[in-house]
Amino acid sequence: MSNYIQESALLKGLANNEKQAIETIYKDNYNLVQQLIINNSGTEDDARDIFQEALIILYQKAKSDSFELNCQIRTYVYSVSRRLWLKRLQYNRRFETPVDNFDEVVSVEEDLTVHEKMDRQYSIMRGAMGKIGEPCKSLLEAYYVHHKNMQEIASFFGYTNADNAKNQKYKCLMRLKKLFFAQYKNGN
Amino acid sequence: MDQIALIDAVERYLRGEMNQQEKSVFEELRKTNPEIDQFVVEHHLFIEEIERYGDLKRFKANMYDLHHSLKESGEISDIKPAEKGKLVQMWDRYRKVIAVAASIAGITALLISGLVMLFTPKAPISDIEELRKKVNNLEVSTKSQAIVLNDVKKKINPGTPISFGGTSFLIDGKGYLLTSSHVINNALQVFVQNNKGQDFRTDIIYNDEKRDLAILKINDEDFRPVVTLPYGIRKSPSDLAEPIFTLGFPKDEIVYGEGYLSAMTGFKGDTMSSQITISANPGNSGGPVLNKNGEVIGMLNARQTTAEGVVFAVKSQHIFRSIDDFKKTDTLQNIKLSSNSNIRGMERVQQVKKIEECVYMVKVVMK
Repeated sequence: MSNYIQESALLKGLANNEKQAIETIYKDNYNLVQQLIINNSGTEDDARDIFQEALIILYQKAKSDSFELNCQIRTYVYSVSRRLWLKRLQYNRRFETPVDNFDEVVSVEEDLTVHEKMDRQYSIMRGAMGKIGEPCKSLLEAYYVHHKNMQEIASFFGYTNADNAKNQKYKCLMRLKKLFFAQYKNGN
Repeated sequence: MDQIALIDAVERYLRGEMNQQEKSVFEELRKTNPEIDQFVVEHHLFIEEIERYGDLKRFKANMYDLHHSLKESGEISDIKPAEKGKLVQMWDRYRKVIAVAASIAGITALLISGLVMLFTPKAPISDIEELRKKVNNLEVSTKSQAIVLNDVKKKINPGTPISFGGTSFLIDGKGYLLTSSHVINNALQVFVQNNKGQDFRTDIIYNDEKRDLAILKINDEDFRPVVTLPYGIRKSPSDLAEPIFTLGFPKDEIVYGEGYLSAMTGFKGDTMSSQITISANPGNSGGPVLNKNGEVIGMLNARQTTAEGVVFAVKSQHIFRSIDDFKKTDTLQNIKLSSNSNIRGMERVQQVKKIEECVYMVKVVMK
Protein backbone atom coordinates (compact mmCIF):
# COMPACT_ATOMS: atom_id res chain seq x y z
CA MET A 1 0.00 0.00 0.00
CA SER A 2 2.79 2.40 0.89
CA ASN A 3 4.21 1.71 -2.54
CA TYR A 4 0.95 2.83 -4.07
CA ILE A 5 0.95 6.06 -2.06
CA GLN A 6 4.54 6.72 -3.03
CA GLU A 7 3.75 6.24 -6.69
CA SER A 8 0.76 8.56 -6.68
CA ALA A 9 2.85 11.22 -4.91
CA LEU A 10 5.44 10.88 -7.65
CA LEU A 11 2.83 11.21 -10.36
CA LYS A 12 1.37 14.26 -8.68
CA GLY A 13 4.84 15.81 -8.54
CA LEU A 14 5.39 14.95 -12.17
CA ALA A 15 2.12 16.61 -13.17
CA ASN A 16 3.28 19.78 -11.37
CA ASN A 17 6.63 19.61 -13.16
CA GLU A 18 8.53 19.21 -9.87
CA LYS A 19 12.19 18.54 -10.31
CA GLN A 20 12.50 16.10 -7.45
CA ALA A 21 9.71 13.84 -8.74
CA ILE A 22 11.01 13.84 -12.30
CA GLU A 23 14.48 13.04 -11.06
CA THR A 24 13.26 10.08 -9.01
CA ILE A 25 11.26 8.66 -11.90
CA TYR A 26 14.21 9.22 -14.21
CA LYS A 27 16.70 7.45 -11.94
CA ASP A 28 14.40 4.53 -11.17
CA ASN A 29 13.54 3.70 -14.74
CA TYR A 30 16.21 4.89 -17.12
CA ASN A 31 18.56 1.92 -16.89
CA LEU A 32 15.75 -0.55 -17.54
CA VAL A 33 14.71 1.21 -20.73
CA GLN A 34 18.29 1.69 -21.80
CA GLN A 35 18.89 -2.04 -21.42
CA LEU A 36 15.85 -2.75 -23.57
CA ILE A 37 16.90 -0.41 -26.38
CA ILE A 38 20.56 -1.36 -26.42
CA ASN A 39 19.81 -5.08 -26.40
CA ASN A 40 17.60 -4.51 -29.41
CA SER A 41 20.04 -2.85 -31.79
CA GLY A 42 19.66 0.70 -30.47
CA THR A 43 22.23 3.19 -29.27
CA GLU A 44 22.55 5.27 -26.10
CA ASP A 45 21.08 8.24 -27.91
CA ASP A 46 18.11 6.19 -29.06
CA ALA A 47 17.59 5.10 -25.46
CA ARG A 48 17.60 8.70 -24.26
CA ASP A 49 15.16 9.83 -26.96
CA ILE A 50 12.76 6.96 -26.43
CA PHE A 51 12.85 7.23 -22.65
CA GLN A 52 12.26 10.97 -22.70
CA GLU A 53 9.36 10.58 -25.10
CA ALA A 54 7.84 7.98 -22.79
CA LEU A 55 8.20 10.39 -19.88
CA ILE A 56 6.48 13.10 -21.89
CA ILE A 57 3.59 10.72 -22.50
CA LEU A 58 3.40 9.93 -18.80
CA TYR A 59 3.61 13.64 -17.98
CA GLN A 60 0.76 14.55 -20.29
CA LYS A 61 -1.27 11.66 -18.97
CA ALA A 62 -0.62 12.68 -15.38
CA LYS A 63 -1.74 16.22 -16.15
CA SER A 64 -5.03 15.26 -17.78
CA ASP A 65 -8.19 15.44 -15.67
CA SER A 66 -9.29 11.89 -16.30
CA PHE A 67 -5.99 10.50 -15.16
CA GLU A 68 -5.66 7.07 -13.70
CA LEU A 69 -2.80 4.64 -13.85
CA ASN A 70 -3.71 1.04 -13.37
CA CYS A 71 -0.19 -0.27 -13.12
CA GLN A 72 3.17 0.71 -11.70
CA ILE A 73 5.04 3.65 -13.21
CA ARG A 74 7.83 1.25 -14.10
CA THR A 75 5.54 -1.05 -16.05
CA TYR A 76 3.91 1.82 -17.84
CA VAL A 77 7.15 3.56 -18.85
CA TYR A 78 8.60 0.25 -19.97
CA SER A 79 5.54 -0.61 -22.04
CA VAL A 80 5.42 2.77 -23.72
CA SER A 81 9.15 2.72 -24.47
CA ARG A 82 8.90 -0.75 -25.87
CA ARG A 83 6.01 0.20 -28.16
CA LEU A 84 7.75 3.41 -29.28
CA TRP A 85 10.94 1.52 -30.04
CA LEU A 86 9.10 -1.16 -32.04
CA LYS A 87 7.51 1.59 -34.10
CA ARG A 88 10.84 3.24 -34.66
CA LEU A 89 12.40 -0.06 -35.74
CA GLN A 90 9.59 -0.77 -38.14
CA TYR A 91 9.83 2.72 -39.53
CA ASN A 92 13.55 2.36 -40.13
CA ARG A 93 13.04 -1.08 -41.70
CA ARG A 94 15.60 -2.48 -39.39
CA PHE A 95 12.99 -4.74 -37.99
CA GLU A 96 14.40 -8.24 -38.17
CA THR A 97 13.60 -10.04 -34.98
CA PRO A 98 10.79 -9.13 -32.64
CA VAL A 99 11.90 -7.32 -29.50
CA ASP A 100 12.66 -10.05 -27.02
CA ASN A 101 11.45 -9.73 -23.50
CA PHE A 102 9.42 -11.66 -21.01
CA ASP A 103 8.45 -8.76 -18.84
CA GLU A 104 5.01 -7.69 -18.01
CA VAL A 105 3.60 -5.07 -20.37
CA VAL A 106 0.35 -3.17 -20.47
CA SER A 107 -1.56 -1.95 -23.49
CA VAL A 108 -0.65 1.61 -24.34
CA GLU A 109 -1.99 1.99 -27.89
CA GLU A 110 -4.64 4.51 -26.92
CA ASP A 111 -2.21 6.75 -25.06
CA LEU A 112 0.16 6.67 -27.99
CA THR A 113 -2.54 7.80 -30.38
CA VAL A 114 -3.36 10.74 -28.12
CA HIS A 115 0.33 11.53 -27.81
CA GLU A 116 0.88 11.46 -31.56
CA LYS A 117 -1.86 14.01 -32.03
CA MET A 118 -0.45 16.26 -29.32
CA ASP A 119 3.01 15.88 -30.70
CA ARG A 120 1.80 16.96 -34.11
CA GLN A 121 0.19 20.06 -32.61
CA TYR A 122 3.36 20.79 -30.67
CA SER A 123 5.41 20.59 -33.86
CA ILE A 124 3.01 22.90 -35.66
CA MET A 125 3.30 25.46 -32.87
CA ARG A 126 7.07 25.10 -32.74
CA GLY A 127 7.28 25.46 -36.53
CA ALA A 128 5.09 28.57 -36.49
CA MET A 129 7.12 30.04 -33.61
CA GLY A 130 10.28 29.39 -35.58
CA LYS A 131 8.90 31.19 -38.61
CA ILE A 132 7.79 34.41 -36.93
CA GLY A 133 11.35 35.12 -35.80
CA GLU A 134 12.59 37.47 -33.12
CA PRO A 135 11.60 39.47 -31.14
CA CYS A 136 8.09 38.13 -31.81
CA LYS A 137 8.90 34.67 -30.52
CA SER A 138 10.32 35.81 -27.20
CA LEU A 139 7.64 38.44 -26.79
CA LEU A 140 4.75 36.02 -27.25
CA GLU A 141 6.43 33.40 -25.07
CA ALA A 142 6.91 35.98 -22.36
CA TYR A 143 3.22 36.82 -22.46
CA TYR A 144 1.51 33.49 -23.03
CA VAL A 145 3.98 31.02 -21.56
CA HIS A 146 5.67 32.89 -18.75
CA HIS A 147 2.59 35.03 -18.05
CA LYS A 148 4.47 38.28 -17.79
CA ASN A 149 2.35 41.42 -17.85
CA MET A 150 2.66 44.11 -20.50
CA GLN A 151 4.56 46.47 -18.21
CA GLU A 152 7.28 43.90 -17.57
CA ILE A 153 7.44 43.00 -21.25
CA ALA A 154 7.75 46.66 -22.26
CA SER A 155 10.71 47.22 -19.96
CA PHE A 156 12.41 43.92 -20.84
CA PHE A 157 12.17 44.35 -24.60
CA GLY A 158 12.85 48.08 -24.45
CA TYR A 159 9.49 49.52 -25.53
CA THR A 160 8.74 52.99 -24.29
CA ASN A 161 5.44 52.00 -22.69
CA ALA A 162 3.00 49.14 -22.23
CA ASP A 163 0.79 50.33 -25.10
CA ASN A 164 3.63 50.11 -27.60
CA ALA A 165 4.42 46.62 -26.36
CA LYS A 166 0.77 45.70 -26.69
CA ASN A 167 0.73 46.95 -30.29
CA GLN A 168 3.79 44.88 -31.10
CA LYS A 169 2.31 41.85 -29.35
CA TYR A 170 -0.84 42.22 -31.45
CA LYS A 171 1.11 42.25 -34.72
CA CYS A 172 3.14 39.23 -33.67
CA LEU A 173 0.08 37.38 -32.46
CA MET A 174 -1.73 37.87 -35.76
CA ARG A 175 1.21 36.45 -37.68
CA LEU A 176 1.58 33.49 -35.36
CA LYS A 177 -2.12 32.66 -35.42
CA LYS A 178 -2.19 32.83 -39.19
CA LEU A 179 0.78 30.47 -39.51
CA PHE A 180 -0.50 28.15 -36.81
CA PHE A 181 -4.04 27.79 -38.06
CA ALA A 182 -2.97 27.35 -41.69
CA GLN A 183 -1.16 24.17 -40.63
CA TYR A 184 -3.55 23.17 -37.89
CA LYS A 185 -6.65 23.17 -40.07
CA ASN A 186 -4.88 21.21 -42.78
CA GLY A 187 -3.70 18.60 -40.33
CA ASN A 188 -7.00 17.98 -38.58
CA MET B 1 -14.42 47.52 -31.19
CA ASP B 2 -10.96 47.51 -32.66
CA GLN B 3 -8.95 44.31 -32.87
CA ILE B 4 -6.46 45.02 -30.10
CA ALA B 5 -9.18 45.82 -27.62
CA LEU B 6 -11.15 42.78 -28.72
CA ILE B 7 -8.21 40.43 -28.13
CA ASP B 8 -7.61 42.10 -24.81
CA ALA B 9 -11.22 41.55 -23.80
CA VAL B 10 -11.26 37.94 -24.99
CA GLU B 11 -8.10 37.14 -23.09
CA ARG B 12 -9.37 38.70 -19.92
CA TYR B 13 -12.62 36.82 -20.34
CA LEU B 14 -10.82 33.51 -20.84
CA ARG B 15 -8.56 34.10 -17.85
CA GLY B 16 -11.63 34.92 -15.76
CA GLU B 17 -10.43 38.42 -14.96
CA MET B 18 -13.70 40.14 -15.80
CA ASN B 19 -16.07 41.27 -13.08
CA GLN B 20 -19.65 40.07 -13.02
CA GLN B 21 -21.05 43.00 -14.95
CA GLU B 22 -18.43 42.99 -17.68
CA LYS B 23 -18.80 39.26 -17.99
CA SER B 24 -22.54 39.38 -18.59
CA VAL B 25 -22.14 42.15 -21.16
CA PHE B 26 -19.48 40.14 -22.94
CA GLU B 27 -21.52 36.95 -22.89
CA GLU B 28 -24.45 38.85 -24.31
CA LEU B 29 -22.16 40.05 -27.09
CA ARG B 30 -21.11 36.48 -27.81
CA LYS B 31 -24.73 35.40 -28.12
CA THR B 32 -25.73 38.16 -30.49
CA ASN B 33 -22.58 38.22 -32.59
CA PRO B 34 -21.59 34.79 -33.98
CA GLU B 35 -18.36 36.19 -35.39
CA ILE B 36 -17.16 37.17 -31.96
CA ASP B 37 -18.29 33.87 -30.55
CA GLN B 38 -16.31 32.05 -33.22
CA PHE B 39 -13.32 34.23 -32.42
CA VAL B 40 -13.51 33.42 -28.70
CA VAL B 41 -13.61 29.69 -29.40
CA GLU B 42 -10.70 29.91 -31.78
CA HIS B 43 -8.63 32.05 -29.45
CA HIS B 44 -9.33 29.73 -26.55
CA LEU B 45 -7.99 26.81 -28.56
CA PHE B 46 -4.99 28.85 -29.60
CA ILE B 47 -4.12 29.83 -26.04
CA GLU B 48 -4.42 26.23 -24.90
CA GLU B 49 -2.07 25.18 -27.64
CA ILE B 50 0.52 27.86 -26.95
CA GLU B 51 0.45 27.14 -23.23
CA ARG B 52 0.91 23.46 -23.81
CA TYR B 53 3.72 24.25 -26.20
CA GLY B 54 5.48 26.34 -23.54
CA ASP B 55 4.87 23.73 -20.89
CA LEU B 56 6.27 20.89 -22.98
CA LYS B 57 9.21 22.96 -24.06
CA ARG B 58 10.11 23.59 -20.44
CA PHE B 59 9.59 19.94 -19.54
CA LYS B 60 11.86 18.84 -22.37
CA ALA B 61 14.57 21.31 -21.35
CA ASN B 62 14.35 20.07 -17.74
CA MET B 63 14.76 16.48 -18.85
CA TYR B 64 17.70 17.38 -21.02
CA ASP B 65 19.48 19.01 -18.07
CA LEU B 66 18.53 16.18 -15.76
CA HIS B 67 19.95 13.59 -18.14
CA HIS B 68 23.25 15.45 -18.25
CA SER B 69 23.55 15.91 -14.52
CA LEU B 70 22.53 12.33 -13.72
CA LYS B 71 25.06 11.08 -16.19
CA GLU B 72 27.76 13.28 -14.73
CA SER B 73 27.00 12.14 -11.21
CA GLY B 74 27.00 8.55 -12.47
CA GLU B 75 23.49 7.78 -11.28
CA ILE B 76 22.57 6.54 -14.71
CA SER B 77 25.30 4.80 -16.62
CA ASP B 78 25.93 3.37 -20.03
CA ILE B 79 25.55 -0.31 -20.45
CA LYS B 80 26.65 -2.67 -23.13
CA PRO B 81 24.54 -5.57 -24.35
CA ALA B 82 24.89 -8.28 -21.74
CA GLU B 83 24.84 -11.83 -23.01
CA LYS B 84 27.20 -13.65 -20.74
CA GLY B 85 25.97 -17.19 -21.41
CA LYS B 86 26.55 -16.90 -25.11
CA LEU B 87 29.89 -15.26 -24.63
CA VAL B 88 31.24 -18.12 -22.57
CA GLN B 89 30.05 -20.60 -25.18
CA MET B 90 31.68 -18.65 -27.96
CA TRP B 91 34.90 -18.43 -26.02
CA ASP B 92 35.07 -22.20 -25.69
CA ARG B 93 34.33 -22.75 -29.33
CA TYR B 94 36.51 -20.09 -30.93
CA ARG B 95 39.41 -19.92 -28.54
CA LYS B 96 42.05 -20.61 -31.17
CA VAL B 97 40.58 -18.24 -33.72
CA ILE B 98 40.38 -15.53 -31.08
CA ALA B 99 44.01 -16.08 -30.13
CA VAL B 100 45.11 -15.64 -33.77
CA ALA B 101 42.85 -12.63 -34.23
CA ALA B 102 44.16 -11.05 -31.06
CA SER B 103 47.78 -11.41 -32.12
CA ILE B 104 46.99 -9.93 -35.54
CA ALA B 105 45.15 -7.06 -33.84
CA GLY B 106 48.12 -6.52 -31.54
CA ILE B 107 50.57 -6.33 -34.41
CA THR B 108 48.28 -4.00 -36.37
CA ALA B 109 47.86 -1.75 -33.37
CA LEU B 110 51.61 -1.52 -32.88
CA LEU B 111 52.10 -0.83 -36.57
CA ILE B 112 49.45 1.90 -36.64
CA SER B 113 50.66 3.58 -33.50
CA GLY B 114 54.17 3.52 -34.98
CA LEU B 115 52.87 5.17 -38.12
CA VAL B 116 50.93 7.73 -36.11
CA MET B 117 54.07 8.54 -34.13
CA LEU B 118 55.93 8.98 -37.38
CA PHE B 119 53.40 11.33 -38.92
CA THR B 120 52.16 13.23 -35.89
CA PRO B 121 52.89 16.94 -36.29
CA LYS B 122 55.72 18.01 -34.04
CA ALA B 123 55.42 21.48 -32.56
CA PRO B 124 54.60 24.29 -35.01
CA ILE B 125 54.91 23.38 -38.65
CA SER B 126 54.88 26.00 -41.36
CA ASP B 127 51.59 24.63 -42.73
CA ILE B 128 49.88 25.68 -39.59
CA GLU B 129 49.87 29.15 -38.22
CA GLU B 130 49.43 29.87 -34.59
CA LEU B 131 47.13 32.78 -34.22
CA ARG B 132 48.98 35.07 -31.86
CA LYS B 133 49.23 38.60 -32.97
CA LYS B 134 52.30 40.71 -33.50
CA VAL B 135 51.62 44.14 -32.18
CA ASN B 136 53.63 47.03 -33.58
CA ASN B 137 54.57 50.09 -31.67
CA LEU B 138 52.14 52.36 -33.46
CA GLU B 139 49.18 50.37 -32.23
CA VAL B 140 50.54 50.43 -28.73
CA SER B 141 50.75 54.20 -28.70
CA THR B 142 47.18 54.66 -29.97
CA LYS B 143 46.03 52.20 -27.38
CA SER B 144 47.78 53.95 -24.56
CA GLN B 145 46.23 57.20 -25.69
CA ALA B 146 42.85 55.58 -25.55
CA ILE B 147 43.60 54.45 -22.06
CA VAL B 148 44.34 58.01 -21.00
CA LEU B 149 41.08 59.12 -22.56
CA ASN B 150 39.16 56.47 -20.71
CA ASP B 151 40.74 57.76 -17.56
CA VAL B 152 41.75 54.31 -16.50
CA LYS B 153 44.84 53.92 -14.38
CA LYS B 154 47.59 52.58 -16.59
CA LYS B 155 49.51 49.56 -15.48
CA ILE B 156 51.63 49.31 -18.57
CA ASN B 157 54.11 52.09 -19.17
CA PRO B 158 53.51 53.62 -22.59
CA GLY B 159 57.06 52.79 -23.57
CA THR B 160 56.86 49.09 -22.77
CA PRO B 161 57.11 47.13 -25.99
CA ILE B 162 54.16 44.78 -26.30
CA SER B 163 55.16 42.13 -28.75
CA PHE B 164 52.40 39.58 -28.93
CA GLY B 165 48.71 39.50 -28.28
CA GLY B 166 46.03 36.91 -28.02
CA THR B 167 42.82 36.08 -26.24
CA SER B 168 42.03 34.39 -22.95
CA PHE B 169 38.89 33.59 -21.01
CA LEU B 170 37.97 32.95 -17.41
CA ILE B 171 37.62 29.30 -16.42
CA ASP B 172 37.13 30.07 -12.78
CA GLY B 173 35.63 33.34 -11.54
CA LYS B 174 38.41 33.71 -8.97
CA GLY B 175 40.64 35.02 -11.76
CA TYR B 176 41.95 31.95 -13.53
CA LEU B 177 42.20 32.47 -17.27
CA LEU B 178 42.86 29.94 -19.98
CA THR B 179 44.88 30.85 -23.04
CA SER B 180 47.17 29.25 -25.62
CA SER B 181 50.60 28.21 -24.52
CA HIS B 182 52.16 29.67 -27.66
CA VAL B 183 50.69 33.10 -26.92
CA ILE B 184 52.62 33.46 -23.69
CA ASN B 185 55.80 31.65 -24.73
CA ASN B 186 58.99 33.45 -23.71
CA ALA B 187 56.97 36.06 -21.89
CA LEU B 188 58.59 38.30 -19.34
CA GLN B 189 55.27 39.57 -18.14
CA VAL B 190 51.67 39.05 -19.21
CA PHE B 191 48.89 41.61 -18.92
CA VAL B 192 45.26 41.04 -19.69
CA GLN B 193 42.71 43.66 -20.58
CA ASN B 194 38.95 43.35 -20.14
CA ASN B 195 36.26 44.76 -22.42
CA LYS B 196 36.22 48.02 -20.46
CA GLY B 197 39.87 48.67 -21.24
CA GLN B 198 41.17 47.90 -17.74
CA ASP B 199 44.56 46.18 -17.54
CA PHE B 200 45.41 43.52 -14.99
CA ARG B 201 48.72 41.92 -14.07
CA THR B 202 48.79 38.15 -14.27
CA ASP B 203 51.09 35.30 -13.35
CA ILE B 204 51.60 32.31 -15.57
CA ILE B 205 50.82 29.48 -13.21
CA TYR B 206 50.79 26.61 -15.66
CA ASN B 207 52.10 26.10 -19.17
CA ASP B 208 51.12 22.89 -20.93
CA GLU B 209 52.99 23.13 -24.23
CA LYS B 210 51.97 19.63 -25.25
CA ARG B 211 48.29 20.56 -25.36
CA ASP B 212 48.97 24.21 -26.19
CA LEU B 213 47.18 25.38 -23.06
CA ALA B 214 48.28 27.80 -20.38
CA ILE B 215 46.65 29.06 -17.21
CA LEU B 216 47.05 32.64 -16.06
CA LYS B 217 46.07 33.89 -12.64
CA ILE B 218 45.08 37.52 -12.32
CA ASN B 219 47.21 39.00 -9.59
CA ASP B 220 45.86 42.48 -9.23
CA GLU B 221 44.01 44.23 -6.44
CA ASP B 222 41.66 45.93 -8.93
CA PHE B 223 40.25 42.63 -10.13
CA ARG B 224 36.85 41.70 -8.78
CA PRO B 225 36.07 37.98 -8.83
CA VAL B 226 33.10 36.83 -10.88
CA VAL B 227 30.75 34.76 -8.76
CA THR B 228 29.36 32.52 -11.48
CA LEU B 229 30.60 32.32 -15.03
CA PRO B 230 27.89 32.53 -17.68
CA TYR B 231 29.27 29.56 -19.64
CA GLY B 232 30.26 26.07 -18.60
CA ILE B 233 32.93 23.82 -20.02
CA ARG B 234 31.53 20.83 -21.87
CA LYS B 235 32.68 17.45 -20.64
CA SER B 236 31.29 15.21 -23.35
CA PRO B 237 32.39 15.34 -26.99
CA SER B 238 30.60 17.64 -29.42
CA ASP B 239 28.85 16.69 -32.62
CA LEU B 240 29.88 17.23 -36.20
CA ALA B 241 28.16 20.22 -37.86
CA GLU B 242 27.27 21.75 -34.52
CA PRO B 243 26.98 25.54 -34.89
CA ILE B 244 29.59 27.37 -32.86
CA PHE B 245 30.77 30.87 -32.14
CA THR B 246 33.85 32.52 -30.73
CA LEU B 247 34.99 35.81 -29.25
CA GLY B 248 38.51 37.09 -29.59
CA PHE B 249 40.85 40.02 -30.00
CA PRO B 250 42.24 40.04 -33.55
CA LYS B 251 42.08 43.81 -33.18
CA ASP B 252 41.91 46.17 -30.23
CA GLU B 253 38.29 45.44 -29.55
CA ILE B 254 36.41 42.23 -29.11
CA VAL B 255 35.30 40.49 -32.30
CA TYR B 256 32.51 37.93 -32.66
CA GLY B 257 32.66 35.10 -35.19
CA GLU B 258 30.27 32.32 -36.14
CA GLY B 259 30.85 28.96 -37.77
CA TYR B 260 30.45 25.24 -37.35
CA LEU B 261 32.37 22.18 -36.20
CA SER B 262 33.67 20.71 -39.44
CA ALA B 263 35.78 17.73 -38.35
CA MET B 264 36.31 15.81 -35.17
CA THR B 265 40.10 15.82 -35.49
CA GLY B 266 42.60 18.60 -36.04
CA PHE B 267 45.63 19.11 -38.25
CA LYS B 268 46.64 15.81 -39.91
CA GLY B 269 44.27 13.84 -37.75
CA ASP B 270 45.43 15.26 -34.41
CA THR B 271 42.88 13.88 -31.93
CA MET B 272 43.65 16.51 -29.32
CA SER B 273 41.92 19.19 -31.33
CA SER B 274 38.99 19.52 -33.68
CA GLN B 275 38.59 21.40 -36.92
CA ILE B 276 36.18 24.31 -37.12
CA THR B 277 35.18 26.58 -39.94
CA ILE B 278 35.13 30.13 -38.75
CA SER B 279 36.94 33.29 -39.65
CA ALA B 280 39.96 33.63 -37.38
CA ASN B 281 42.94 35.92 -37.51
CA PRO B 282 46.12 36.44 -35.55
CA GLY B 283 44.97 37.43 -32.06
CA ASN B 284 42.14 34.91 -31.93
CA SER B 285 44.37 32.31 -30.28
CA GLY B 286 43.15 31.42 -26.83
CA GLY B 287 39.56 32.42 -27.51
CA PRO B 288 36.68 30.24 -26.30
CA VAL B 289 34.72 28.23 -28.87
CA LEU B 290 31.14 27.87 -27.67
CA ASN B 291 28.09 25.98 -28.87
CA LYS B 292 24.56 27.34 -29.00
CA ASN B 293 23.88 26.39 -25.38
CA GLY B 294 26.78 28.50 -24.23
CA GLU B 295 29.03 25.58 -23.40
CA VAL B 296 32.73 25.95 -24.15
CA ILE B 297 33.60 23.09 -26.50
CA GLY B 298 37.18 24.13 -27.11
CA MET B 299 39.83 26.80 -27.30
CA LEU B 300 40.82 28.24 -30.65
CA ASN B 301 44.55 27.89 -31.32
CA ALA B 302 45.64 27.70 -34.94
CA ARG B 303 44.68 27.86 -38.58
CA GLN B 304 46.01 26.05 -41.62
CA THR B 305 47.82 28.37 -43.98
CA THR B 306 47.57 26.07 -46.98
CA ALA B 307 43.77 25.97 -46.91
CA GLU B 308 41.04 28.56 -46.64
CA GLY B 309 38.89 28.79 -43.51
CA VAL B 310 40.44 25.80 -41.73
CA VAL B 311 40.85 26.59 -38.05
CA PHE B 312 41.67 24.33 -35.14
CA ALA B 313 40.56 24.30 -31.54
CA VAL B 314 41.81 22.28 -28.57
CA LYS B 315 38.90 20.10 -27.42
CA SER B 316 37.32 20.93 -24.07
CA GLN B 317 38.02 17.42 -22.69
CA HIS B 318 41.70 18.26 -22.92
CA ILE B 319 41.11 21.39 -20.90
CA PHE B 320 39.84 19.13 -18.10
CA ARG B 321 42.81 16.80 -18.51
CA SER B 322 45.26 19.64 -18.47
CA ILE B 323 43.73 21.07 -15.30
CA ASP B 324 43.91 17.62 -13.68
CA ASP B 325 47.61 17.42 -14.55
CA PHE B 326 48.11 20.89 -13.17
CA LYS B 327 46.39 20.02 -9.89
CA LYS B 328 48.87 17.17 -9.47
CA THR B 329 51.81 19.52 -9.75
CA ASP B 330 50.39 22.33 -7.68
CA THR B 331 48.00 21.56 -4.88
CA LEU B 332 47.81 25.12 -3.59
CA GLN B 333 45.60 26.48 -6.33
CA ASN B 334 41.94 25.69 -6.12
CA ILE B 335 40.54 25.76 -9.63
CA LYS B 336 37.02 24.52 -10.12
CA LEU B 337 35.66 24.08 -13.63
CA SER B 338 31.93 24.30 -14.02
CA SER B 339 30.12 22.46 -16.77
CA ASN B 340 26.85 24.26 -16.17
CA SER B 341 25.93 26.95 -18.64
CA ASN B 342 23.65 29.69 -17.31
CA ILE B 343 22.91 31.13 -20.73
CA ARG B 344 21.24 28.14 -22.32
CA GLY B 345 18.24 29.15 -24.39
CA MET B 346 19.06 32.86 -24.41
CA GLU B 347 19.25 34.99 -27.49
CA ARG B 348 22.74 35.11 -28.99
CA VAL B 349 23.06 38.85 -28.39
CA GLN B 350 22.29 38.37 -24.70
CA GLN B 351 24.65 35.42 -24.48
CA VAL B 352 27.50 37.40 -25.99
CA LYS B 353 26.83 40.32 -23.66
CA LYS B 354 27.37 37.99 -20.71
CA ILE B 355 30.33 36.16 -22.19
CA GLU B 356 32.31 39.17 -23.33
CA GLU B 357 32.79 40.24 -19.72
CA CYS B 358 34.78 37.08 -19.17
CA VAL B 359 36.96 37.24 -22.29
CA TYR B 360 40.24 39.13 -21.91
CA MET B 361 42.83 40.40 -24.35
CA VAL B 362 46.31 39.09 -23.63
CA LYS B 363 49.31 41.42 -23.95
CA VAL B 364 52.72 39.89 -23.70
CA VAL B 365 55.92 41.68 -22.81
CA MET B 366 58.78 39.63 -24.26
CA LYS B 367 61.98 38.74 -22.50
